[in-house]
Amino acid sequence: MNKNEKDWIDITSGVNVRKCMRCGKCSATCPSYDEMEYHPHQFVYMVEKGNIEPLLNSKSLYKCLTCFACVERCPRGVEPAKVVEAVRLTAVRKQGNNHLLPDQIPDMLDDDLPQQAIVTAFRKYTK
Amino acid sequence: MQTFTYYPGCTLRTKAKDLDAYARKSAEALGISLVEPENWQCCGGAYTSATNEPATKLSAVRTLMAAKETEGLVTVCSACHNVIKQTNYDISRNEAMAVKVQRYLGLEEAYTGDTKVYHYLELLRDVVGFDNLKTKVVNPLKNKKIAAYYGCLLLRPSKALAMDDPENPTIMEDFIRAIGGTPVIYAQRNECCGGYITLEDKAQAAKRSNAVMESAESMGADMIITACPLCLYNLKKNSGSSLPVYYFTELLAEALGLKEVSNE
Repeated sequence: MNKNEKDWIDITSGVNVRKCMRCGKCSATCPSYDEMEYHPHQFVYMVEKGNIEPLLNSKSLYKCLTCFACVERCPRGVEPAKVVEAVRLTAVRKQGNNHLLPDQIPDMLDDDLPQQAIVTAFRKYTK
Repeated sequence: MQTFTYYPGCTLRTKAKDLDAYARKSAEALGISLVEPENWQCCGGAYTSATNEPATKLSAVRTLMAAKETEGLVTVCSACHNVIKQTNYDISRNEAMAVKVQRYLGLEEAYTGDTKVYHYLELLRDVVGFDNLKTKVVNPLKNKKIAAYYGCLLLRPSKALAMDDPENPTIMEDFIRAIGGTPVIYAQRNECCGGYITLEDKAQAAKRSNAVMESAESMGADMIITACPLCLYNLKKNSGSSLPVYYFTELLAEALGLKEVSNE
């Protein structure tokens, strides 16, 4: 475990992961639950334990929809989405690790797609 | 006439022209002057909640500052509303962030969250008033069962957005009543449509948007209304449902007699 990486994630997220009481409500309400390998409650727990490497390499990082359901509904105010975001930023900031490249965009377009979708994806998936 | 600063955002200029045009027309008819600031920039689409990300806040702060001389800043798109309100909330409670942004932008004074931000629906509720709006309706949407789709970005996180109860909202249903329609309450009204995942995973976008449409259909809705261009896209293109989806401003303009009545 890289202690600096855990500290950086704690600072970046602004979340105190030790407030979690393991009720699982964040994962129960997550619209991406079925698509995720690691679920929101696991992000919180694994960051607490410093077990960050599996999260950094997981596609689950790119399944968060930024819907804030877990943030709103956590009974302890842990705000799991901020932890997911901090881990994702750690991953995409590594050189060559952008999840979405401009070259990929033209194939994803159709006439009705709002640019809001592209802008949002770039903000979430790139440094 | 009260004057507000009006922020359309990227999508209202291109793919969501109806959302924009009918918002402007209706405001004019309701005695509200909306002034677009010069040289506004994209809000970023998603709020970056990380504590060390001042660069992603700059555009929203520029927009907030542009509204200083008016009664407040009005947004229509749910995503713009979310990003700008969260930025305003966070910067008002985080002096270090306010100072960082001040330095990036070269401001004489730090911006600390003084601008009042209204979603267009809040403008209707809190400035125009739904009772007053009701008196302006010339073409009520009688016998129309209308399902309000809030999605995620209008309501959450509620402590920053402070728009309505995040789990049992009423603002869109009250709006529907004011324009003469009958609101339909359904379970999925404040759950996610799939958002930008449509770029990478059509199956997931289809799953989420289908869940919303089926939920509204099961409660007998004739149509769905939304404030978000991306919700509209997902519900229309990814769900496979034929239930009509409109922007709330389209129905507003229709009720005020500013738009041709649709036959659907």
